[in-house]
Amino acid sequence: MISKKDVEHIGWLARIKLSDEEKEEFTGQLNTILDYFAKLDEIDPSVTPTHHVSGIENVFRDDVAKESLGQEDVLRNAPRKEEGFFKGPRIV
Amino acid sequence: MMSVSEIKRRMEEESAEETIQSLFDKIERSKLNAFITLTKEQALEEARKADKNGTRGLLGAVPIAIKDNISTKGIQTTCASKILKGYVPPYDAHVIERLKAEGAIIIGKTNMDEFAMGSSTETSFFGPTRNPHDLSRVPGGSSGGSAAAVAGGEVPIALGSDTGGSVRCPASFCGVVGLKPTYGMVSRYGLISYANSLEQIGPFGCSVEDVALLLDVIAGHDPRDSTSHVMKKNRYVDELKDDVSGLKIGVPEEYFEGVDKDVDNAVRDGITLLEELGASCSEVALPHTKYALASYYIIAMSEASSNLARFDGVRYGLRLEKDKDWHTTFSEIRAEGFGEEVKRRILLGTYALSAGYYGRYYLKALKVRTLIKQDFENAFKKVDVLITPTMPCAAFKIGEKIDDPLSLYLADVNTVPMNLAGVPSISVPCGFANGLPMGMQIIGGHFDEGLILRVAHTFEKHAGVA
Amino acid sequence: MKDVIIGLEVHVQLNKLNSKLFCGCSTKYHDSGPNTHTCPVCLGLPGALPVLNRTAVEAAIKVALALNCEIAEQTLFYRKNYYYPDLPKGFQISQYDYPIAIKGNLVIEGDGERNIRIRRVHMEEDPARLVHKGPIEKSKYSLIDYNRSGMALLEIVTEPDLRSPKEARQFLNKLRNILEYLDVFDGYLEGAIRVDANISLTGGARAEVKNISSYKGVEKALSFEIVRQKNLMRRGINVVQETRHYDEARGVTISLRTKEEEKDYRYFPEPDLVPFKAKEGVPKIKKTLPELPDAKRRRFVEQYNISEHHAKVLTSEFKLANFFENVAGKVDTNQAATWIADVLKGELNYRGLGIDAFSPKHTIQILRMLREKNITEKGAVQVIRALLDEGGTPTEIVKQKGLLKVDVGEIAKAVDEAIKENLAAVKDYHAGKDEAFHFLIGQVMKKTSGKADPDAVNKLLREKL
Repeated sequence: MISKKDVEHIGWLARIKLSDEEKEEFTGQLNTILDYFAKLDEIDPSVTPTHHVSGIENVFRDDVAKESLGQEDVLRNAPRKEEGFFKGPRIV
Repeated sequence: MMSVSEIKRRMEEESAEETIQSLFDKIERSKLNAFITLTKEQALEEARKADKNGTRGLLGAVPIAIKDNISTKGIQTTCASKILKGYVPPYDAHVIERLKAEGAIIIGKTNMDEFAMGSSTETSFFGPTRNPHDLSRVPGGSSGGSAAAVAGGEVPIALGSDTGGSVRCPASFCGVVGLKPTYGMVSRYGLISYANSLEQIGPFGCSVEDVALLLDVIAGHDPRDSTSHVMKKNRYVDELKDDVSGLKIGVPEEYFEGVDKDVDNAVRDGITLLEELGASCSEVALPHTKYALASYYIIAMSEASSNLARFDGVRYGLRLEKDKDWHTTFSEIRAEGFGEEVKRRILLGTYALSAGYYGRYYLKALKVRTLIKQDFENAFKKVDVLITPTMPCAAFKIGEKIDDPLSLYLADVNTVPMNLAGVPSISVPCGFANGLPMGMQIIGGHFDEGLILRVAHTFEKHAGVA
Repeated sequence: MKDVIIGLEVHVQLNKLNSKLFCGCSTKYHDSGPNTHTCPVCLGLPGALPVLNRTAVEAAIKVALALNCEIAEQTLFYRKNYYYPDLPKGFQISQYDYPIAIKGNLVIEGDGERNIRIRRVHMEEDPARLVHKGPIEKSKYSLIDYNRSGMALLEIVTEPDLRSPKEARQFLNKLRNILEYLDVFDGYLEGAIRVDANISLTGGARAEVKNISSYKGVEKALSFEIVRQKNLMRRGINVVQETRHYDEARGVTISLRTKEEEKDYRYFPEPDLVPFKAKEGVPKIKKTLPELPDAKRRRFVEQYNISEHHAKVLTSEFKLANFFENVAGKVDTNQAATWIADVLKGELNYRGLGIDAFSPKHTIQILRMLREKNITEKGAVQVIRALLDEGGTPTEIVKQKGLLKVDVGEIAKAVDEAIKENLAAVKDYHAGKDEAFHFLIGQVMKKTSGKADPDAVNKLLREKL
C-alpha cells in the first residue's frame, strides 16, 4: 500500500506539484492499479529480461560533423530568452 | 469514406485544389473534432502546384492527416497537451520526409489522447473526438482523431501511432483498417515518445490496399533511429492477392475471454469465412497473455515518466508567468501543463522505477516480455497468423469509463501483447453490432506484414463489411 | 593526525572528436555564440533520437586500455533520471550496470610510486552550460547554452586510494598526459575536464565536491575541504554527508542548501539505443594504441642515454616528448635533454605557455651555436627569453643583442690589459692566492661584456701569468 505521503514524494521526484485533492485521489487510484500489477509476482524470477525486443546490436554512426540548426530556429520556441541564451529559472 | 484511388479519380475529374478544398469544407462543418491543427493554406498551395505541374510519387497530391505526436516542421505539434500548445518543431519526422518525397499533402494534425495515453481520445486538452458512427461515443484511442477523420470521410488516409493498440483500437471502433508494423520497420525519428520500446507509427485507411500503400511509403531503414531495421524495401501493395488457400490460422482462446458476444460472434464468423476460402484453423495457446497487460503498463509508464521529463518550459512549451526557484518552477509548469491521466502514468512510472521497486515492477515486466515473446515464437512455429478480436467490445460512450482508469486499461488486453513482442498486427472491420463497427485482428510474426495484409485483403474482399 | 581519503570522478570531454556523442553537431563550438551548435537531438526536442558515435566508443576503449581496464563483453546505455536546468531531456544518457570498462589502475609518481585503482570507466553525454550573472546562489535566473550539450564525456572513477590533495593533482596530471598521448583530448579547451571529488577524514562523513573545472582547482578545493572538515571536528561538530559546490573564483566550497536532493536516479536501460559488443573491437584498437608515457620514459633513458629525471620531465607531456625527439636527432641528446627539460620548460612554465610556443628549429639553432661556442650559456638563455617574449629568429637576436662570443684575439687583448692594470692581483696570484685569479677572470669578463668563453679566458690567463 502506498500512502498519501508516498504519493507526495513521487510527485516531488517527478516534479509535478500535486494539490491536496489530487494526492488523495491518486493515492486510491495508484493503489488499485498497483494491486493489479502485483499479478506479476507469480512470474518465475529466473526468466531473462528482454531489454530490447528487436535484437539489433552494434548500431553506430560515423564521426562526421553535420550542419546544426540556426540559432534563430533553436530559440524560436523558447518562452524566455536573452542574448542568444535560453533563460531558465534561478538555481537557488 | 473515400479511398486513395477514389480521391485520385476526383482530383483528375475536378482538380487537386477543389478536391482538397471540399475536404476542408467538410472538416470545418464537422462535429467530430478530429483535428487539432489544420494546414489549409499550405495544403491548398501545394494542391495548386500539383494542378499546375502535375503530381509525383506514390501519393501524388493525396491528402493525409497526421497524428499530433509526429513532428512536423513549421506545423504546430502538441501531443494534445496544454504543455506543448504552440510548439512549432524545426524539423520533420522521418515519416513526414517520406510522405513529402512521395508527393502527399498534409491537411492537418489529428486529435489524440494526451501524449497517446489512452484508448478513447477523451484526454485531449483540445476536447474529445467523436465517433462518426455515433457522436455520443468515443472513436477509440489514442489515435482517435486519425481513425475518425478517415471513417468520417474527412481524409482518405492518416498516420497514427501504436504503443499498446493506439492504431488498432480506434480502427476497430471507427470501422477502418489500421496496422501496427513490426517494431523497427518504421523509423520513430520524430515520433514524440510515449513508450519508446513498444511503439511504432502505423497507417490508417478505409481499405487494406490503402494501408499497404501507406506502409510502402513510410517503411524502411533510417540511420537516425538506432532501433530501425535494415531491410529490403518491399512493395506490399503488390502482395495483395485474393488468396488464403493453405493458410494456417491459429485461434488463441485467451483472447476471447471476457469479449462481448457480438464481437465474439463476428470474429468467429470471420475465421469461418477464411476457412471457407481455403485456410485451416486450429487452437493455439499463448499462456502468458494474462500477464501482458500489467507488464505493458509498467513498461509504458516507466518509459513515459522519463520521456516526459523534458517538458520543463525552458526550450519550448508552457511557461508560467513568474519563475521561482527551478524546482518549484518545473513542478508548477508540469502541474499546470499535464492532464490527469498523464500525471497518473508519470507518477506510476516514477514509482515503478524508484529505488527499491525497480526489481519488483520494471524488471519483472521485462521478464514477462520475454515470456510473451516466446509465446508468439512458439505459436508461429505451428501457424502462419493468429486471429483475435481487436477490442473486447464496440465503442463505448464518451465519459463512460474515464473515471475508472483501470477499467479503461483493461480494454487494451488484446492489443498490448503484440507491442511487447514487437510483432505486426492489423485490425480490419468484421461487422457491426447495433450500428457500431467491430474489428478483427490478424497477427503475424516479425516482418510478416506482407502475409497479414494479404489475409486482411482477402477477408475484406469477401466479407463485404462496409 | 587524521587520514585523508579521496576518490575522484573525473569527467573528460572527448573534445577531439568531430561530432557529439549522439548527434552530428560539431564539437568546435568554443569560439562561437551560444546555441549555434545544436540540433533536435542535443536540445532534447520531442521526437529526436540518439545514435552513438563510433569513434567516441573507440576513444573510450583506448583510454580504458591505457588505464589497464577490463573491457566489457557487452555494454549498455542507461538513463539517469534527474532534473536540472542544464539537462535538456530530464535525464542523462549514461552507463550504469555494464559500463564499457572496469577495474584498471594508474601509477602516479609522487613520493615514490603509488598505485591508484580505477573502479570504472563509462561514457555519457555532457549537459548544457549554465551561465549566471553574479554568484550562482544570488543569481535571479540562469542562462543556458546547449552548445556543450551532448558532447561525449568519459567518466573515470577511482577507488578512494588518494591520500592528499597533492596526489589528486598528480593523478590528474598523469591522466591528462595519457589522454593527450591517445589524442582523444585537448586539455586546454574550456570545459575539457571536470572533477567531482569525494573527500573524508577518518571518523567523519564524506563530502562530495562538485564542479571543479581546473587542475589547480582540485588541489585547492580539497585543501579547503580538509581544513573545513578538521575545524568542524575540532569543534565537535559532525561533518554532514552532503554535496558541495566549488566556487573557483573564491577558492571555497559551499553548501548550496537546496531542498534536500533525493538521490533516486531511477536508472533503466535507454530504449532508444541498442546494446553493443565492446570487447569485439579491442584487438583492432589495441594496434592503434600509441606508446604511453611510462614506456616512452623507459625508451628515452635507453635510446638517448639521458637521465631518469630528464626522461620523466620530457615525457610528462605528449607534445614535449615529440619536441624533444625532433631535436634530439640533430644535436647532442644530453645537451638537448638538459636545455629542453631544465631551461626551456622552466621559461615556458614561468610564462604559462605550452611547448607549442617554441619551435624545434630554433632550439636546434641555439644548441648548435652553443656547441660551436658562438654564444655562451647565458647568451643562450637570453635568446630563448627573447624568442618567447619578442619573437624573431635566434640569429637575429644574437645579432641585435650582440651576444656573439668574442674571439681569442680579443680575449688575449683583454687578458693583457687586465694583467697590466692589476699588478697587485698578479702578485697575489703568484703568492698562491686563488681569489686573485678569480678576480682577474672577472676583470677579463667585464672587459668583454661577459661574452667571452669562460674556459678560454681561464686557459689564456693561466698561460700569460
